[in-house]
This record gives sequence, C-alpha cells and structure tokens, in this order.
Amino acid sequence: MSAFEYAPAPESRSIVNLQSSYGLFIDGEFVDGDDRRKTISPATEEVLAEVTWAGTADVDRAVKAARRAYTKVWGPMPGAERAKYLFRIARIIAERSRELAVLESLNNGKPIKESRDVDVPLASAHFFYYAGWADKLPYAGFGADPRPLGVAGQVIPWNFPLLMLAWKIAPALAAGNTVVLKPAETTPLTALLFAEICQQADLPPGVVNIVTGAGETGAAIVNHPDVDKVAFTGSTEVGRIIARAVAGTSKKVTLELGGKAANIVFEDAAIDQAVEGIVNGIFFNQGHVCCAGSRLLVQESVADQLLESLKRRMATLRVGDPLDKNTDIGAINSAEQLSRIKTLADVGEGEGADRWSPPCQLPDRGFWFAPTIFTGVSQAHRIAREEIFGPVLSVLTFRTPAEAVEKANNTPYGLSAGIWTEKGSRILAIADQLRAGVVWANTFNKFDPTSPFGGYKESGYGREGGRHGLEAYLAQ
Amino acid sequence: MPSKKKDSAPKSAEAAAAAVPEEPQRTRLAVRKTYKLYVGGAFPRSESGRTYVVADSKGNFVANAAQASRKDARDAVLAARAAFGKWSGATAYNRGQVVYRVAEMLESRRDEFVSLEVPAAEVDAAVDRLVWYAGWTDKIAQVLGGANPVAGPYFNLSSPEPSGIVAIVAPRKPTLLGLVSVIAPVIATGNTCIVISDAPRVAITLAEVLATSDLPGGVVNILTGSAAEIGPWLASHADVNGVDLTGLADAKLAVTLEQAAAETLKRVRRPAAALDWSGDPGLVPMTAFLETKTVWHPKGL
Amino acid sequence: MTATMTPLSEVTRSDAALRMFLHGLPGVDQVGAQARAAALGTRSIKTTAKAWAIDLSIRMVDLTTLEGADTPGKVRALCAKARQPDPSDPGCPPVAAICVYPAMVPVAAEALRGSGIHLASVATAFPSGQAPLSVKLDDTRAAVAAGADEIDMVISRGAFLAGRYLEVFEEIAAVKEACGDAHLKVILETGELVTYDNVRRASWLAMLAGGDFIKTSTGKVQPAATLPVTLIMLEAVRDFLAATGRKVGVKPAGGIRTTKDAIKYLVMVNETVGDGWLDPDWFRFGASTLLNDLLMQRTKLATGHYAGPDYFTLD
Repeated sequence: MSAFEYAPAPESRSIVNLQSSYGLFIDGEFVDGDDRRKTISPATEEVLAEVTWAGTADVDRAVKAARRAYTKVWGPMPGAERAKYLFRIARIIAERSRELAVLESLNNGKPIKESRDVDVPLASAHFFYYAGWADKLPYAGFGADPRPLGVAGQVIPWNFPLLMLAWKIAPALAAGNTVVLKPAETTPLTALLFAEICQQADLPPGVVNIVTGAGETGAAIVNHPDVDKVAFTGSTEVGRIIARAVAGTSKKVTLELGGKAANIVFEDAAIDQAVEGIVNGIFFNQGHVCCAGSRLLVQESVADQLLESLKRRMATLRVGDPLDKNTDIGAINSAEQLSRIKTLADVGEGEGADRWSPPCQLPDRGFWFAPTIFTGVSQAHRIAREEIFGPVLSVLTFRTPAEAVEKANNTPYGLSAGIWTEKGSRILAIADQLRAGVVWANTFNKFDPTSPFGGYKESGYGREGGRHGLEAYLAQ
Repeated sequence: MPSKKKDSAPKSAEAAAAAVPEEPQRTRLAVRKTYKLYVGGAFPRSESGRTYVVADSKGNFVANAAQASRKDARDAVLAARAAFGKWSGATAYNRGQVVYRVAEMLESRRDEFVSLEVPAAEVDAAVDRLVWYAGWTDKIAQVLGGANPVAGPYFNLSSPEPSGIVAIVAPRKPTLLGLVSVIAPVIATGNTCIVISDAPRVAITLAEVLATSDLPGGVVNILTGSAAEIGPWLASHADVNGVDLTGLADAKLAVTLEQAAAETLKRVRRPAAALDWSGDPGLVPMTAFLETKTVWHPKGL
Repeated sequence: MTATMTPLSEVTRSDAALRMFLHGLPGVDQVGAQARAAALGTRSIKTTAKAWAIDLSIRMVDLTTLEGADTPGKVRALCAKARQPDPSDPGCPPVAAICVYPAMVPVAAEALRGSGIHLASVATAFPSGQAPLSVKLDDTRAAVAAGADEIDMVISRGAFLAGRYLEVFEEIAAVKEACGDAHLKVILETGELVTYDNVRRASWLAMLAGGDFIKTSTGKVQPAATLPVTLIMLEAVRDFLAATGRKVGVKPAGGIRTTKDAIKYLVMVNETVGDGWLDPDWFRFGASTLLNDLLMQRTKLATGHYAGPDYFTLD
C-alpha cells in the first residue's frame, strides 16, 4: 500500500444517453433489423444496449443507398461543399467529445484518459484534416483530375472504434466516395453515435451508412458486387481472406493488419524516456494495438538495469475501472480476446520464458489481464513471433546493431518499430534498415492525421493518413 | 547443348541464309546463340534440362530455349533476395547511373533486336523508356515522400521504399517495350525481380544487355517458359513481396495467381486491359511496389 | 547506473574524470520527459486523497520571503503564519520551514523558537552566486551561527556552463563543510542551466559534493520550478540512492502557486520515487503564495463551500 492512495475519480456516465436498442443506419435513417444482439461493457459484463446484426439484404440496401448518394449527391457535389460537411463533422465530434469518450470507454474497456486524450481528439482532427483535402484533390499528386472510386466498403476493428472509423470515413468522403462501414462486433456504439452526428451535420442520406454485425456482415460488404473499394483494419488472418475474395475483381483494396513490432533499446538510450516508451508501446490501450511494441529488443549491456527500471515503472500502472480518470490499463475487450491472451501467455511460460507481473488486484467481473513481461525470450518462442494483442511484452536481447536489425526484421509482419539511442546517425541508419511502415525513434505510438500509417509485408498494404491516405480512395 | 533436337530442325533461319549461293565453296556455318535462363547474373540452363522450340514469325526454327521449372523459380528468388539488400541500399544516383547504362547497352544492340523481329521504333521506345526511368530513381522519393506537419514537437518524414522481390509476368506484346516497361520501374525504385517471359530470344538478349550494364547479378532474373507453370510457384512463394500481372493475358490464370499471392499479402498489380504500352506510364508502375516508411523523432534541446 | 560501476570517489578526482562521469550519465529526451510530466499532471486526485495531499503539502512548505524590502516585522509575521497557518483551525499542520536572507535569520530564529519549524537561510551570494568563495563561506557560517539549521546555497552556474565542474564540486563541498550540522540544499537554478541534460548533471554533481537536498531555483529567474525539471531531479535522487545508498531530498521552488500544482508534484514524487520521499524531510516546496491556496482548498474540502481570500491571512 502506498502512503498516497488515489481515491476513485470516476468520470460520470450521465453524459451518455444510451438507448435500449439500435437499428442500422442506412440512407440517413435508423432502420430496424431482425437479428438483435446484446453489446456489453467488458469491464463489468453489464449489457449496455442491443444492436442489430445486418444480414446480406441489409448490406445490399446500404450499398444501394451509398450508390444512390454517390451518383446523385456526393459524387457531383463540388469539393468545397463536401469539405464543409467534413469540417462540420469534425466540429461536432469535438463538441460531443466527452460523450464519445465515455461511450467509447464503456463499450471498449479502454481507460477514459485515453479515449478522452487520444482517440476522440484524433478522430476529430482526422476529419478536420481530410476536410481540407476535399477541394484540393488536384494538388494531391494523383493526377490533374482525380476521380473517386464510388462506394467504399469499410470494416474496422474494436481496438480504436471511433478513431478507426475516422481513419476510414474521412479520406473516403473527402475524395468523393460514399461508404458502408461496419464497426466491430463488440464495439458498435460510438459508430452508432457517429451516425447521429452525421444527422446533426445534415450529411446527405446514404453518404455514410453504418451496418453493425459480425464477420458475416463484413463478408457481405467485401463481397458485394457493387462495392468499388474495400478498406479493412484487423487481423492478418481476415486480411488474407479478403485479399483472396477480391482477386480477379476490380475492387481496390487497402489492408491494415497485424504486427509484432520490435522496440529496440540501445545502451546509450535516454533510459528513463525509453522505459516510458516501452510502457506506452505495449500497455497503451491494453496492448490492443496493431503497432504495439510487443517485442523489446534491449542491448545486453543494459538489459538488467533497464528491466529493473521497467519493472519499477510497471508497478505504478493502475489497472481497473476504465471510467476512472487515473486508470492506466482498462479491461480486455472481450472474453474471446482474453482467452487468446491467456493461451499465448501460458504458451510463453511453457516455452520456458520468465513471466512477471507487478502485484495488482484485478476486478472480479469483466475481462482483465495484468500487465505482463516475459524475459529470457528467444526468437524461436511463439510469444516472440505471434501477435498477442494484449498487455504482454516479450523481452529479447541483442549485442550489436546488426543483430538488432536482423532480429527486428525477422518476422512476417512489418508495421512499426522503435529505436532508442542518443546517437543521431545510428537512428538514421537503423531506421533505413527496418522493414516497417512506421518507425518511432525516441518515441512510440504517436499518431497524427498528417502522418501516413500502414505496414510492410503481412502487416498489409496501403496507407492511412496524410496525403498518402487519399490514394486508397482515388482512381488512378 | 540445349537439346538433342538441334540438328533435326527441318528449316532453320541460319540454314536458309546458308543456302544463298554467294561463295559456294566456303560457306561459313553461323555460331548460334544458346538461349538459357538469366539468374543471379549468370546464364544457367534450366535445372530440369528441359527446352522448348522457338520459331520466328514465319515458323522457322530459331532456337531451343530453356524451359524454366519451379526449382529455377526457387533459385531465382534466392538470387533476387541476395541482391535486394545492396540494390535497395544503393544510392538513388547509383541506380540511375546503372539504369541509364542499360539504356546505352540496349541502344548499342539495336540491330540485334531488329534482327529478332522487334520493330526499330519499339527498340527506340524501349531505350527511351529506360532513360525515363533512369531519371526517376532520384526523384521519386521527392515526389512521393516528404515532411508531415504533425501537431507536436516531432520531426516526421515519409519516404518510399521498395517492397522487395517482385515476380513479373512479362507481356507477350510488345515484346521488348513491354518487357522493359515492367522491369524498369521495379528496379529503378530498388526492388529486385523475377520475370517470366515466353519470348526467350528477346528476353534473353535483354538479359545480355542487363548483364553488361553494371547491374548487379540477381537484381533482374529472367525465366523463360510458361507463366501457367512457374507463376503459381512465384505467386505463392513466401519470400516474394509483389506480383506484377499487368502483362498477363490469361484472366483465369491471373485470378489464380492473385489468390495465391493473398496468402502472404503480396502487393499485386492486376492485368491491365488494353494497356497502351507506348503512352506515359505514369507513377503507378513504380508506386505499385513501393512502401511508405514514416519516421518520427522528437525535437528537443 | 553507470555510477554503480565507477567508484564515485574516483570520479571527482579531476576535472576530466568528473566531466567523463557526468557526460556518461544517460541522456534526457526533452519531449519524452515533458510528456511524462504532463501525463502525471493529468492524475485526478479527489476527496480523501486530496485532503491527505493538501495536509502533506502544507507540511512540506518552506515558507519563503526573499525581498530587499524584508524587515523584522515582515519576518515575524511570516513565522507566526508558519506556526499556525490557519488560525481558525488548530488541526491545520505547521509548515516545514521558514526561508529568509541571512540578515533575517536572528529574527526568525527568535520567532520560531520551540516550534520545531526549521529555519532555512539562503547563502553564498544568493541569488547570482557571483562572489568569491571566501565571501560565500563567510555568508554560510554567519547564517548557521545565527541559528539557521538549513542552508540554501546557489551553485556557480557560470562555472558549470563553462564546464568547470570540479570548481563547482569543490565549492559545494566547501559550503557543506561550512554548514556543519546544518542541512545543505543546493540550488541548481535550472532556468539558467536550460537543458535537462544539464539539470541531470548538476543534480549528480551536487549530490556527489555532499548536498542534502537539491533545489530547482532561486525564484529570481524564470522559469523557476517546473514539473519536468523536478522529474529529472527526482530520477537523479532515485538513481543516486541506488548507486551510493545515500538519500537526497528534492525541493522545487518558485512558481508553485496553487494546490493543483502542489498535488501534481506529489503525484510525481509518488510515482517516480515512491513513499520514501513523501515526507517533509525529503521533499519541500519553496513557496510563498502557495500556502494560502492550500488553506483555501483545505477549507473547501472541509466545508463543501469555496473559500474566499479575505478569510485567510496575508503575510
């Protein structure tokens, strides 16, 4: 027990006005469907609402609405007008940011400080950024008269529900496409609130359609013959299925998939900041981050000292109620994900790696996993190769820069990487050699609407963010 | 010798030429070229020992070309991977010099390609295309990359980087311009490649051009033979990063290859219907096999 | 730490050795350090935790007056306030210390007699430190002789920035000796050192030379205390303890005016060095106006109403 015990500081739920049940958002209206499922708070397993799981016919209606809107309204609309809608949406997200943050934390389990300080502000910023592109597309470097693709089918994950929605919808709409988006099965609520925001913004019906559901709904979108563009963020496993499914079609595809990022700490690193970077890299959002720094590669000469600092730091992490403003690590998003994490952690132990977690009391109800590190991990261990997607760090050591690069690249993934050293020329040389789409040097898990994000190899293809992010939504 | 069938060819081009009765007593027998594969900078025969007959447009026998096998494809991937580090790490200036050198060498072999029934204008266009890409090597990063003005005290720079190894099915027509048009953008940007061609004489003669152009061995590997046979091995090979099907006329095969490529999430350029090979290629042939790497660093005192 | 591998007596043998040691300390990334400090600043301290933190903060205050216009009357008033910060509430704890110029030490010593409140005096040609060593030592001895049990010295920033580390080291060591039994707080004047790398090096230098506390600022230079600078200093005392077994205190001073600020510092102490420093013996606030805000917030928590400044003494 610390002398300084922080009293509970819960954010109020009252700002969120939950409905008992939600329909699908098609053609500007909420429409009821037949298949209703409960959506819960992973922190308490409390049922928050019922949502509709869209079937093939629902998806078809949504695609038809999107096509109509594309042909009649959104496609012909001058870019400057589209821009103003997107600016409006950006502003409304900011205005309703507290409500969105609380709802996100309720449905996802992530700490309120993250939904409040990261997810929601970035989502708003993303719309604000792409809004400005809508009337400047000829200057984006994709030809003098770049054209939209048409109807974009978008399937997003549960780890950053609103933010991933923004990453998908903002560039699509800016480029003149209309969208049918499916939020993740376990986190539909902020997307449905976003639908309400579209109504508040007077966005023309059919420009944005939100269909909730699970994998089958997603497949119906991907396979719909009138979808011109497929954008997916999620597992590499599903990415493969989508890449196969669109083979031979004219659908343009971008995929943002898994990762197993190396976070490389050299002996001359700014150790205190490196420790923060490691913690942020793997424990941000419970490690439910595709670009998480899940493999720590530390130079052997400082490994003991670094691990001691890391453990001391981990002992200060506060695990618990996502709505408590002091919570650092919230709930695991679902029972299914929790069991996957547990399985892989057990595999790590079985493989002979040393498992360590700081003492922390986990709530009785809900899905929880203590922040965990494995030391004595080698490249041959499954926990060094497979994406765990949880608060579990595998620690490996290296002796020379060449060995660090070799180990970092020794994975089918290539989404992100971290480098910690006070030597500038080393940063530039290592950054050149890492086969990863985002390289954070002396920082980690930084995101910005202007900065392209996406992977090499099996981490997918295409970029989201920045000028580069427009390419996915324009015909070339 | 490529094959035992050599002497049994009924009516070869050389034989026809030899028949012209100029100096009947002292007819010189031409030395034929053996058309082998081009892998890792060398010209090996197919490990399978197979060849296939190549005829000219009049149906005359001209050669027994090596018919590449899946093991040749495997060896070619090894060669391409071995070459990738140095080639992708070479300066853009250096790659530009090398690609320009390829143009020079192609120009000097103009007559040879004409003798292989490539129209002179096409040879010229192929040379010009190489020159065009030679100039791109050190500009593409400036056009595609740059600083991103992030909202925070960070330096943030995006630059294009090659995807890795690209398997290419070369277009049947235009033979030389098509071949150059699929190889040049891929190597100009720092990728290495394996090309499947079933126009062995043009392809292997181009390989000779490449081999004498300071292009490191393994950067371009040319397999002559059947795309239907070798294509699936390359499209499913786990160490191949991209597949260029632009030149593939067989739509069914293209779907099979794209599906195979999906297993390891390879970058795929789909077949282009009615592509105008002589027009401005634009950036897509390069961007199709480029990744964007974004590097962040704090700005602090 | 590098320090564990180097016998620390060796590193202060020469300017060269000292330079090598100080420059061998891990670097500090400014953006990362500021981000960490800002993140800790978002902790939400409520109800019981807030009440606890406010009382601890009051007990950590070095109630300070360092003005040319200071008079015995002013100092006596301040001492009275130190003893009984909230006359309406006897449950309100006293502050840790009074901090004054050497000339005011006799007055303060008299006013604080028997209170258990420490008496700190700035010395060594405060605030610039630009005086001969002999003058600084005399300054120190005089303050101690007059009753100060804590000396807040300033380092020679000029010598530090010129790279004359050994000179700074020897000066601190000499002042420490002149202090006798009095505790020595070494003011780094971080606003003039500018970089966090310098703050870390100066912290180690002061600790190696025998300082009992390291203190951010004189209060006469902007910026004075900041959260990131204090973070760097807390990391330094943490690492120094691990390397040498000797514990050193930390005192941010200047610019800390609100309860909210003070609590952010306590959160930082809690999560950087832990319980061991959550004690007036090891952490102090150099402040003057902070105390009244702490008292107002204390009243608000107790009564449920916002407090007004007219209900608290101005001294």
